[in-house]
Amino acid sequence: MSGTFLGMPSLPVFGIGNLHEHEPFPKAAHRELGNTQLRANLGHATRTIRDKRLAVVSELPDWEELREAGRAIKESVMARLPELLVQFEANFTARGGVIHWARDAGEANAIVASLIRGQGADEVVKVKSMATQEIGLNEYLEAEGIAAFETDLAELIVQLDHDKPSHILVPAIHKNRSQVRDIFLREMEGVDPDLTNEPARLAAAARAHLRRKFLSAKVAVSGANFALADSGTLAVVESEGNGRMCLTLPETLITVMGVEKLLPAWEDLEVFMQLLPRSSTGERMNPYTSLWTGVTPDDGPQNVHLVLLDNGRSAALADEMGRSALHCIRCSACMNVCPVYERTGGHAYGSTYPGPIGAILSPLLTGITAEENSSLPYASSLCGACYDACPVKINIPDILVHLRGEDVDSKRGKNRRKMALPSQMDLGMKAASWALSSGKNLGLVEKALPLGRLAAGPDKKITRLPGIAAGWTQSRDIPAPPGQSFRQWWDKEHQAPAAPADATDSGRAATAEPGTEEKP
Amino acid sequence: MNARAEILDRIRSALRDAPAVPDVPRAYRRASELGEQELIELLTDRLLDYKANVFVEGAAEVPQRLAALLEGAGRYAVPHGLAASMFAEADARDGGSGRRVTDAPGRRLSVGELDGVDAVVTGSAVAVAETGTIILDAGPDQGRRVISLVPDRHICLVRAGDITAILPDALRRLDATRPQTWISGPSATSDIELERVEGVHGPRTLDVVIVRG
Repeated sequence: MSGTFLGMPSLPVFGIGNLHEHEPFPKAAHRELGNTQLRANLGHATRTIRDKRLAVVSELPDWEELREAGRAIKESVMARLPELLVQFEANFTARGGVIHWARDAGEANAIVASLIRGQGADEVVKVKSMATQEIGLNEYLEAEGIAAFETDLAELIVQLDHDKPSHILVPAIHKNRSQVRDIFLREMEGVDPDLTNEPARLAAAARAHLRRKFLSAKVAVSGANFALADSGTLAVVESEGNGRMCLTLPETLITVMGVEKLLPAWEDLEVFMQLLPRSSTGERMNPYTSLWTGVTPDDGPQNVHLVLLDNGRSAALADEMGRSALHCIRCSACMNVCPVYERTGGHAYGSTYPGPIGAILSPLLTGITAEENSSLPYASSLCGACYDACPVKINIPDILVHLRGEDVDSKRGKNRRKMALPSQMDLGMKAASWALSSGKNLGLVEKALPLGRLAAGPDKKITRLPGIAAGWTQSRDIPAPPGQSFRQWWDKEHQAPAAPADATDSGRAATAEPGTEEKP
Repeated sequence: MNARAEILDRIRSALRDAPAVPDVPRAYRRASELGEQELIELLTDRLLDYKANVFVEGAAEVPQRLAALLEGAGRYAVPHGLAASMFAEADARDGGSGRRVTDAPGRRLSVGELDGVDAVVTGSAVAVAETGTIILDAGPDQGRRVISLVPDRHICLVRAGDITAILPDALRRLDATRPQTWISGPSATSDIELERVEGVHGPRTLDVVIVRG
């Protein structure tokens, strides 16, 4: 099948579901920063995982080569996506699996619910999955009278606490061990009242709590980490064995997976299964990985379904600058190294996808103008730590800047329609472009510096700027500008008669190129 | 238009700039030359790091090792393809094979039966020394996926010849379409404060017997 598109280009169709920031990020961040317990928990957890990741990554002599291969494989998947999806479908179906296609969250939820009802079941066990979190499957099933039991320890903690996940790998990263014990004592039926806050005891309590559920479940719902087009194989990467339980014991298995999760071939898995565990939990390998291809007679679920989900992925793919956000393998390394995430936590981002990757993925999936998602690309200092940590080399800072541009453009458009007036940003940029276009112009602007000193007053601080510039002074003061600009200082300095070279002068001369050295 | 056609259409439309398909640079290590002794040592080191128990035995000593490991256990499960000779010593000490239950085609152990045994003994398809990973592909000496999952203790035999140095070596020996379970240590979680704790839903004890020769 040809990958060339010959029809009319259609407008991007964006995703819906748990992908939205509901209030501007600075406002949400401000509230979360007030929670000192949260900051202490996150600081401790992200420090632990950063150290572990660095140790296991530095062990591999070919880490950069693996990253480069991972990047190229994902880029080629995106370029060949229609063809690979059709190939995967043929292979998975040939081995007895059933594929369903879902345009958006609503359609995916309805498909899953009808499959569960078709089995006469009113409860399911679930393996942690970002896709089902994104489409709000648990809430949908609850409204349909179907109970969904999360079986991953962190998801279980969040579900028992009626809370929301705040991290894609460790959804309860914002809770410490004592808080977890309190949640278990309060919400877990039949729990040992003498439960301590020792992680091993807490894990044992979760084992006892879920054991019966696993052994009697008829239907399981999972996500998938990878899908191999050339064999029709699905893979789930996990630690606890709850995944194996869900993927092996029930008669019916329903997997929900975004269309971008494909890998072309079996040999590509050797790259990603080296990149993912070291980047996510900082382990050489995660305890368990399960692979299955359709139905295996006499082994595991005999009724195997896969829901292939678009929900805005095709819209993200249409953005040439942003499409590489779809390369994400959900390892969470970017959030663990992000100075913003470490302080605000995941809830501040509103969406299922927090942190640096969420700040680009959420607006790409929903469109920049959806709810408050236009504030997400600004939730970054552009320090670039996320890019360095990303195992598939997604250039997150570049995409953040690109989306900031989209945001500005979307607002400009609105103003033009409303009153045909340029926005403050337009005017500001125009002024800056004039001032920076020649030395003469800049010199003129610099003459206004003493005015700034006047505005700063005796405490030498500007605490409030007008208009859109007010955003800058909302959380910081601007120091009073200096009495003279560098260029004014330079002119004065170099009109003076030649002085004997002091330490700084000789340092400067030493680094100057021959022939460009300034005249004495 | 049905959902399938519409989604494929959206994706083709999104790719109307016809992005180039890049060559994949596979400059990472794809094969490694380590001798058998080095492979055994590396695999042992990694498995111990995961808190698995590791025993290295000559083929002739395996029945004794298994008998020792199974001492004190109640009933234990085995897949039908695992040679009965492995359990000669255990049977001799027990005075029969009474403790052993076999999962075989036509005589499948129920989940309840598996929940009632203390241990399971299986073989394995291939292992990766560098990552401490043992891969089961449901071969006759490994059995259905469920038998190595439900019992709380997994005793796993790894032939020295099946140990590879790095993951790409191992994947070349496997068929993607067989159901696979990759095992790197006993079940564990890092979900509380990102500190690793062994023992959640999968087997809480993993005993690995590496068999030389």
